[in-house]
Amino acid sequence: MPTLLYCRCAYAQVINPGVKDDVLRQLGESGSSFESVSDLCEMAAHRDPRLTALSECAARGGLRIAACHPRAVKGLFRQAGVPLADEHVEIHNMREFSSDAVVVGMLRAASASPVASDDTSLPPDGSFLSAGPATPETQGPV
Amino acid sequence: MITHTHRPLRVVLYEGDGSIPLPPEARALVMASLLDKGYAVTRVTPGRGASLVDDDHTLLVLGLFADGAPQVEDAEARRTVEARDIAGLDAVGVLGVVEEFRVRQGRTMNQPGAWKPWFPVIDYDRCTNCMQCLSFCLFDVYGVSDDKKIQVQNNDNCKTNCPACSRVCPEVAIMFPKYAHGPINGEPVQADDVQREKMKVDISALLGGDIYARLKDRSLAAKSRFSKERSPDKALEERKKCLIKLAGDGFIPADVLASLPSPEEIQRKAAEAAARGAAALAAQQN
Repeated sequence: MPTLLYCRCAYAQVINPGVKDDVLRQLGESGSSFESVSDLCEMAAHRDPRLTALSECAARGGLRIAACHPRAVKGLFRQAGVPLADEHVEIHNMREFSSDAVVVGMLRAASASPVASDDTSLPPDGSFLSAGPATPETQGPV
Repeated sequence: MITHTHRPLRVVLYEGDGSIPLPPEARALVMASLLDKGYAVTRVTPGRGASLVDDDHTLLVLGLFADGAPQVEDAEARRTVEARDIAGLDAVGVLGVVEEFRVRQGRTMNQPGAWKPWFPVIDYDRCTNCMQCLSFCLFDVYGVSDDKKIQVQNNDNCKTNCPACSRVCPEVAIMFPKYAHGPINGEPVQADDVQREKMKVDISALLGGDIYARLKDRSLAAKSRFSKERSPDKALEERKKCLIKLAGDGFIPADVLASLPSPEEIQRKAAEAAARGAAALAAQQN
């Protein structure tokens, strides 16, 4: 499943608050793991290395971004020195479309895992920080 | 030069194995509160780790842990990981925990509301490298790369809310993502937009090719006129009207207009910018 990224656009109020709040809520309720950032523009302004990491995620397994106009988002990554390849990235425009349309695009064909879990352990070796599914070997009791 | 280098702290909201999922509304509120304060948040659910691995040396993991916050160590020993149980805390309380952690770590961050990431973003699919933006900008925002391509080099020199350079781009290739209207905000460019931008460039040429100087002249003329008014209040009111009109044109924000340097300084900087643009164009042809 592609990496999911949500941009809050917190540094300027150019996205309808109702749309971005609802997208965040629905992503949370979907049971998916996802990344969220305060503002991609802010990150691009100081060439945040996380943009490079996100670009690598895109090349590894795809990247879906809920943000604003795709032309602007691609430009931000490119200007930060980490251009996104079109074939690896989908950008869903919260400035233009409804929250439902954005969420459908973000979660399309994604098999969301249920949030509830009977397990009782947080992987003590921090393996939940790593890319990809956690392996059973890393999930021991605390 | 880029000065806003404070990297946002990343927080993990852990809802994976060994934790109790947050109630939906609480999760949304906690995440929104953290994001609105400038933090990055990774939400982790069962069976899938975080996608993003970066070089943070410290990481805060929040969750509802049935047996209290566990001790967690990074298997690669690259990071210090601290887990905190957020049971019983509302969004404000969680934010307090995170702020306390950030301060303890000596981390500074940009704050939404205190600063706006305002700078031009070039759409290289449209840019023809004509250097008009380089010639136009008096604030050295633009520069030329080693391979003679126009690029944004000094983000922080850009005047907040001023999209003037995008208006002189004949290809509508300059975006300001925080701008209110398209196509400057990144909306797809329509044929009408290109025609409109070309007309603006023509107007700029009719004005003598130096919009800043022209505006400055207008501002000075207005100042001179108002100084002759008998009523200071009336003069001030007229001046305000004049500035509001210029700002209302959407061309240059009033505060930018008011902060323009002297006509001589404008002339000098415009000549320098034009020379840089000409040199870059000449280098392209060689």
